[in-house]
This record gives sequence, C-alpha cells and structure tokens, in this order.
Amino acid sequence: MKEQLHELKEQVMLKIKESNTVKDLNDVRVAYLGKKGPITDLLKGMGKLPAEERPKMGALVNEIRESVTEILEERKETLEQQAIQEQLENESIDVTLPGRPVELGNHHPLTRVVEEIEDFFISMGYEIAEGPEVEKDYYNFEALNLPKGHPARDMQDSFYITEDILLRTHTSPVQARTMEAKDGASIKIICPGKVYRRDSDDATHSHQFTQIEGLVVGENIRMSDLKGTLDLLAKKLFGAEREIRLRPSFFPFTEPSVEMDISCFKCGGTGCNVCKKTGWIEILGAGMVHPNVLEMAGYNPEEVTGFAFGMGPERIAMLKYGVEDIRHFYTNDIRFISQFHRSEA
Amino acid sequence: MLVSTNWLSNYVDWNELSVEELAEKITRAGIEVDGIIDRSFGMDNIVIGYVNNCVKHPEADKLHICQVDVGGEISQIICGAPNIAEGQHVIVARPGAILPGGMKIKKAKLRGEESNGMICSLQELGIEGKLVPKAYAEGIYVLPNDVRAGDSALTHLGLYDRILEFDLTPNRSDALSMLGVAYEVGAILSKDIKLPEISYSASAEKAQDVLKLSVEATEDNPMYVAKVVKNVKVAESPQWLQNTLMSAGIRPHNNVVDITNYVLMEYGQPLHAFDYDRLETKEIVVRHAREGEKMVTLDQVERTLNDQQLVITNGIEPVALAGVMGGANSEVHEGTTMVVIESAYFAPSSVRQTSKEVGLRSDASTRFEKGVDPNRVAEAAERAAQLMAELAGGEVLDGSVTFDELDKTPQKIILSPDYVNNRLGMKIAMDEMKTIMDRLQIPTDLINGQLVMDIPTRRQDLKIKEDMIEEIARLYGYDEIPKTLPIVESTPGGLTPYQAKRRIVRRYLEAAGLSQALTYSLASPKDAQAFALETAPVTKLLMPMSEERSILRQSIIPHLLDATTYNVARRNESIALYETGSVFLGIEEDGLPKEVEHVAAVLTGKWVHHAWQGESKKVDFFVMKGIVEGLFEQLGLLDRLQFTKATVDQMHPGRTATVWLDDQSVGIIGQVHPTVQKQRDLQETYVMEMNLQAIMQTAIEELLYEAVPRYPSISRDIALVVDRDTTAANLEKIIKQAGGKLLKKVQLFDLYEGKNVEGGTKSVAFSLTYFDPERTLTDEDVVKAHSKVLDALTVQANAQLRS
Ligand SMILES: [Zn+2]
Repeated sequence: MKEQLHELKEQVMLKIKESNTVKDLNDVRVAYLGKKGPITDLLKGMGKLPAEERPKMGALVNEIRESVTEILEERKETLEQQAIQEQLENESIDVTLPGRPVELGNHHPLTRVVEEIEDFFISMGYEIAEGPEVEKDYYNFEALNLPKGHPARDMQDSFYITEDILLRTHTSPVQARTMEAKDGASIKIICPGKVYRRDSDDATHSHQFTQIEGLVVGENIRMSDLKGTLDLLAKKLFGAEREIRLRPSFFPFTEPSVEMDISCFKCGGTGCNVCKKTGWIEILGAGMVHPNVLEMAGYNPEEVTGFAFGMGPERIAMLKYGVEDIRHFYTNDIRFISQFHRSEA
Repeated sequence: MLVSTNWLSNYVDWNELSVEELAEKITRAGIEVDGIIDRSFGMDNIVIGYVNNCVKHPEADKLHICQVDVGGEISQIICGAPNIAEGQHVIVARPGAILPGGMKIKKAKLRGEESNGMICSLQELGIEGKLVPKAYAEGIYVLPNDVRAGDSALTHLGLYDRILEFDLTPNRSDALSMLGVAYEVGAILSKDIKLPEISYSASAEKAQDVLKLSVEATEDNPMYVAKVVKNVKVAESPQWLQNTLMSAGIRPHNNVVDITNYVLMEYGQPLHAFDYDRLETKEIVVRHAREGEKMVTLDQVERTLNDQQLVITNGIEPVALAGVMGGANSEVHEGTTMVVIESAYFAPSSVRQTSKEVGLRSDASTRFEKGVDPNRVAEAAERAAQLMAELAGGEVLDGSVTFDELDKTPQKIILSPDYVNNRLGMKIAMDEMKTIMDRLQIPTDLINGQLVMDIPTRRQDLKIKEDMIEEIARLYGYDEIPKTLPIVESTPGGLTPYQAKRRIVRRYLEAAGLSQALTYSLASPKDAQAFALETAPVTKLLMPMSEERSILRQSIIPHLLDATTYNVARRNESIALYETGSVFLGIEEDGLPKEVEHVAAVLTGKWVHHAWQGESKKVDFFVMKGIVEGLFEQLGLLDRLQFTKATVDQMHPGRTATVWLDDQSVGIIGQVHPTVQKQRDLQETYVMEMNLQAIMQTAIEELLYEAVPRYPSISRDIALVVDRDTTAANLEKIIKQAGGKLLKKVQLFDLYEGKNVEGGTKSVAFSLTYFDPERTLTDEDVVKAHSKVLDALTVQANAQLRS
C-alpha cells in the first residue's frame, strides 16, 4: 500500500508537469484528488487495513495529498502567470492608430466675438438688451436725432417695408427703446444684433451684418468714463499691451463724438500692413449721448448724461483672426466655420 | 476734399512742420486725413524744352523728328503726339528721367532715328485725364511762351506739392474751402491766418444801371448778389491758376470759369458766370420752374423741370438750374466780353432735392446742400470781380445788384466751465477755454464766470453747448482726458433667463456635433414661406436690391439647405449645421411683423464615421430625433415632448413628424422630400425647425432632488407581434397606463419586420422596469402588475405575445 501510494505520487507529479494549461491541471486535480480519484479510493480502502496501521497510513495519505495539492497550486500559479503573459501579448495594440472621433460642433466666429464682448460687460454689471430687427422709423432714426429729411437717412441706404417701417440699420433703436422704457432710471446695457443696409455684397460690405453697442445713462456720466471703459474693452479684446486713442468724429446721436483707435496689435505701433503704416487701427465709434436723444427719451439732459459706443463684430473678427472677406461669415463653409473650434483662454 | 499744402501756405504758415506731422495733427483734431499725395510722384530730370525744328519721320507717318532746345543744348527727340509743332514750349523727360510708376526714360532709336528722351503729356506726369485742359487732352501739353528752356517743368507746373486727402464728416462743411481749412489749421497750430485782400478800382458805370434783379422765390433764395464785369478777354488762365485748380481736382477751362472755380474752392461759395449779352434781357429773375418747363444745361442735356425746382431766368426762360448747373444758352464762351457773376445763398433742402431729381452732384451743389456761409456770399463775389480785373483784363462795374433777406447774425452760446468739466471728467480752467476760443477765432466774452460766445456763421455745425464741449476737448487734446469708470446705481447685470437658455441651447447643439451657421434674413419669394411652421402674411421690402433677397424669411431651413448644397458642392459631404434666429410672421398691432426666434438644423452624409474599425453610419431620422430629445432633456421638458407623424410640403411624407410640447405644436422634423433633395443636389438630408421662443418661454418645475433608490428594481422583457401600423408610442402608452405606479420605465429594445413574422405585422420588444421606493418588490407584486400590462396589450393593441 505504501508503495502504491508512492507510485501514485510519482504518477501525479508527472501529470502535473505535463499539464500546460490551467484546464489540464484541473483535470489532473479532479482525476487524482477528486471524489472518484485514486486517493479517495485509497482512503476508502483504509477500512480494510488492520487498526494499528490505519493512523500511520492515514497520515501518509494526507501527507501525499497535501504535497500534491501544494505542487498543484504552484503549477497553477505558474500556468496562470503564463496565461496572463500570453493574453497581454495577444492584446497588444498599435497605440498610434486613429482614435474614435468625437464630433464637436462650434459656434460661429461672430457669436464667439459677440459673447466675448457680452461676457466682458456682464462682468462689469451690464445687462444685455435686445429688440426687433424690423423697426419703426421713429426708433431707428427720429429718436436718435435723425429727423425726417436728414441726409443721413436716405431711402437708398435702408431697406424700407413701408414709409414708416424698415429693417433696422443699426442696433441703436434698442437704446432708444430701452431709454424710453426705463422712464428716467439709470441704464447700463449692451445691445448686440443683426442689422441691414442697402449695400451690394462684396469683400468689405454685406447687406446684413452684426453690431454690438453699449449705452450708459445716469447722473454724472462723463467722457472720462467712456474712455476708461473703452480702454478696458480694447485690452480685453486685443491684449493687455494695447493703448487706445480717441479722435473727434461725428454721429448724429452723440456729441461730442469720437472714433477709437487701438495701437496696432501686429506691429505694436511701428507701422505695418494691418494698420496701413500708421501704428493705429480704427475699432469703434462712440460719444456722449446727444442732449436731443436724452430729451426725446424723457431725460433732462441738464441733469442726466450718458455715453454710447458701437462696433462691428465682423470687423473685430476680421482683425482678430485675419479674415480678409466679410462674405466668409455668411457662406457657412464648414472649412471656415470649423476653424473656430479652439478655445483661446 | 483735396487740400494742396502749397496753396494752404498762402493763408496759414504751417511750414515748421513736415506734411506728415501736419496731417497727423489735423487728424487728431478731428478731420481725418486719409492720405497724402505727392504730386511729383518722385519724378526727376523733367525740363522745359523749346521745339526749334520739327519734321516728319521719313519711315513713320505718325512720328515727328524734333530738335529740342533743352537749355543750352539741342536734343533730337522723336514725338508721336498729333499736336507737336515747331515753336512750342513743351515738357521734356530727358534720358535718365523717372516718370510716375517708376518708368525710366532711356536713349532709344525709333525706326532708325535717335531719340534722346520723351516729350510728355500731362497724363504722363501723373495728372488724371479728366483734369487736363481739353485742348491738351489728346496730346502733349504746350506751355505758354514766357517760359525758359532748361527750367524744371515740375516747378513750372506746380507739381512739387503734396495734397492732403480729407475724409470729412458731414458736419464739417466749413472745411470744404481753403479758408475753412486755414481757420482749422490756424486753431490747431495757434497761428494767425491771412485772408485774401480784396481791392480793385471799379469803373464809374454802376452795375444796377445795366442789370435788373428780382427774386420771387425768397424762401429758397434769401440772398442773391450779382456783379457785372465788362471788357473781359476770355483766354487760358495763367499757369499758377491752372496748376492750383488741377491740384484741387478741377479741370481748367478759361480764365472766367477758372476764377469762379478758384473762388469756390477758396471761399466755399459756389459762383456762376453768365454771358451778359446772351442773357439778352438785362434782367435776372429767380423763381420756381413751371411744371414741365424745359431747359438745356451746360452738359447739353435737355431737362424737364418741376415746380419745386429753383431756376435763374432772364425773365423769360431759365438760364441756370439754381445751385446745380448753368444753362447752355448763357454760358461764357470765347467771344464773351461782359460777365455777370452770381453769388447766392440757395436753401440746402431745395438744392438737395433738385440735384437728386436731376441726378447731378457737383462741387457747387454739395456746398449749397450743406449751407454756405451767409457772411461770405457778397465777399466771394467781390473776390471773383477782383480776379477778373487782374487776370481777365475786366473792368468791374461799380457796386452790385443785390437781394438780401438772409439772417447773418451769429448765434450766441453761453457755457459754464463746470458744465464742460462735468461732462468731460476734466478740470480745464476757464482761461484755457477762452484761449481755445481765441485760437478758433470765435469771439468770446467772460461774463459772470461764463463763456459767452458769438459763433461765426462759417461754423454752422456749432449749435449747442455740447458742440462747444467738443471744440474745447478736441483742441485741448483727447489724450488729456483721464480714464475712469462710470458709477451708476448698481444693477446686478447679467443675462436674462431667456438669454441664458439660448446659450444653453447653442452649447448643447454644438456638443451634439452641430456647428452654428449664420444665414441671411432676406429670402426669395420661392423660399420665404417654404418649411414655415405656420401660415402668415409675408413682409416684403419696398425696394429690394434683388428678388433673391426681397422677403423676410418665415423659416430658417431653406437657407440652411442652401448652405448644405454649397458645402456638398465643395466636397464637404457630411454636414451638421444649426442656426438660431428670427423669422418674420404677419403684422402685429403696432405695424411691425411678429418676430419669433427659431432654431433649425440640417444633417446630411455620415453621422458616425470611423472607417478603420468598420463603423460608418449615415444620418437618419432617429439621429435628428435624438438631438431634439436631448435638447428637450437639457431644458427639462423631455417628459412633455411628443412626436406625431405629419405631412409637410417639401418633406418626405413617410418620414416627417410634428414636434409637440404638451398640446402645443412647436416644430417639425424629418427628411427633405427626395424630389427637393434632387433639385438641391443633396443626398438623404434631415432637417428640423422649432419655435425656440415657445420652448424657452415654457415654465419648468423647479429642480428638486429625488431620493436615490434604496431598494432594487426588477426588469421584465416582453416581445409582441403587432400590426405594422401600430406605433411604438401607442404601445408605450398602453403599457404605461396598465403598469400602474410600480412601473417606472418602459424602453423599446428590439424591432423586427421581415421573414419570421407574418406579413403586415411586426415584432416589437420592450423592457419594463418595476420599482417601489418604499420596499423590496416581491415576485408576486411584479407578476400582478405585469400580467395587467400583457392583458392590456392583447386587448387594446391586438398584440400576440411571443415566447
Ligand atoms: Zn501695424
């Protein structure tokens, strides 16, 4: 019986060695240590042994079973290691293959500019005011100190619907409406929107374009406040190193009126093709709200003053991104639009 | 306005500055100098030559061989101009000379004959053809005989001059004259200016004895001054006058006309010269034209007039269209000996109207339209009379014939220094303000701490206190204004909830893979109402520029489809675009159209495209539907969203749905009709458009936390065979109604139509999730609820259960 046991052990050891997979090994385990295996048989057969031999033989069987189990476990671990190794090798990929694309849309470059300006002014406590694109002549012109017969409001320049209704030619009617609605209270607003003029579309003209204007009305609003505000805006849009300068100009709805230039962001002021060798780039028009405009909206211009400014997001986008033709903004070629994915922050 | 810096020197001494510095100072003070033109264009080595001898080239019909004295030296030059002749003084570009555009003159042989340079036309010296006197327009320029061969031709022609190009704002019509510019430059540089001195000896004969004047239209013509000059010799003007006019962009004609133009540019007062004898009646009557009255203007065009238009007549017929153009019948010509000089104030609105109606805009009409200086009307006439005496040998008759009801009193403006400083945010002393007024030559008194100003009539743009603030600020210097920020009663600022939601919608659509498009609001009649969500009257332009853009759109889809076709034609084949913007419907009570903000989107081509792993999927209805559902989920409205099959013009009848928010129809979604796709050169294309305003204005419940489930849920799947026409939504509705409160979720997970199901039916499978927040569900609970569902499906949808 003892010999039998040792022979059995040799046999199992050999089988274990020959097992090359976890499954084979498991088969060996079942075959030898299982309920129907020879070791179990041996244990069962112990009853036939003389009583004094039983403990000794029992210990021997257990010893063999334990050592077989131990070797089985060792072998199993080795095989598992091998299997994992093999799996890892099989699973290896070419990490340079293209990823699964995430299709992202993006906003239109003009929205990008408009929202940047909106957010800047929101951070300074401004509200965003909006109004109709089809306007009454009164709000588009008359309330802005452009009475009937004024040369600047030629029928040829505007899209009229009837004699008294037209597509707004600027976003200023929103200012007029806001002033009227505020009934004497102070105002800090930004008015973005689409506007329309009777121009033939070419590289620098578009019959439809966008504008963004600002208006502040209150007691003791001064031209220095306008200058400080525009200075911050210029730095926000075109970089902290930008300087601004104001030049006298003329708009019917402001007095004094100014145009604002910024120091050229390309050459820094030494002169280049972007600034036409002047070192300065014209960005926007502004001024102190004309007393007639304040008065028509129900303010007393002796007590209340205000400033207003307006600019064209198209022009700003063209300067910022180097776009040379205004029509790009309205053709919606995805090869153009999709270039404005990237965040700038 | 073109300002010759040489001419400007006659009135104000700016020469301590370079022209560039002068231009910069003028720009900073408020008149934008758009450019500086150097009239010498870098030319060199161009002299006056005398043609000693001129013979025909033996080998070429059109060429002449000239022996030209170029100053102590005779040069042979071949000339092809038709008007070359012996005994002329001409402009010679010598070998080595450089012409505008950098052309270099070299010695050459022309048909075997040597040519040492070129005899030049004015055009070849860079003068625009329309400015060259008519006599020399087609050939070389011939100089008068008082010049000397060998002298610089550029000096003689006044071409060593630099021109400032002014871009004038409409208010600064005062700078439409050299004197006006001189006042401005004088103010900027703190310099005095020299006004022309007018003196001549008048004849004993009185103007009013030879000419009668009556003004009938006094409102449109409040002032009329006529001077009479006799014994005039009409001839070419002296060179300096011709040069000056050309520098200002005016073509020289003859001395009389040139003088009126010179004074126009000098004073900003348009003048007209009549031939006294051709007036015939010795009378001038200013009146409105008779309706249908005809006259031939200087440009030889017969014009039919109306009774609003102001005319100058000889008492019988019109001799000039007031302020716009003279008549051919009274024009000064070579034989004219007696001239009537007209200087008048014509009402701006009258001239504007007439000039627009007849389609003529001239240097004269643009000045009248802005309003000329009432105090210069008479003076300009005197100035012209003086020049006619000096330059045309005329004798000026004594006095003038005048009608004058024009108000010439200066306006008074009273301003306190505080008012100025409070509006500028500065502290400028009153004395400094007074100094600025002195520089501007605006007479100003300081009375009781206030500036009391008499505004000269030449500055008609200065009307209110704010105008004077601008004058003070611009001459004090805008750079001196400090930078501050406004302090107003504080409001929180920020976006309105509506504006914030609009941004959420845009962000969502972009994250979903759509890019924002921006298209035009104006559409063609064909597109204006296509795909519209509702039927409403259209809003049309009175005077569209083209039919293509004549009506305000009622739907965004047509223009998005245009953009898609544009892209597809350029091989951008997978397109996903959206746009938010207004559409224009009908007319509201206030007369304006109803503007409603919509959102629209278009999808075509591939939606998923990941080729090397074999994933590629075209867009379909459900991609677009998923985007819409996601949008509603983002806005907290998903459980109130429904789709029902719909028929929409230009859309696929089997693949189009109406989008419902509660019981309100808010949009459409579906495939573009295959016929329309074909017309627009598109493959399978899906669109949606929704009333964004309606969606965003729908109130949603406040966001409240719902407890995270503590008990497990149980799922059961069911597979059904139903009629092909039974919709998923209908089945879902039945399931939900029957499932009771334990049924939390119903999800369709399989759909099959084909081989293994009977014709006219389809197989659908749903996964149902049961859940009770209060306790763990038992099998019994679920079986009870689930069998109700099965019964309902069998009864209500005639469904057969599949095992
Ligand atoms: Zn630059």
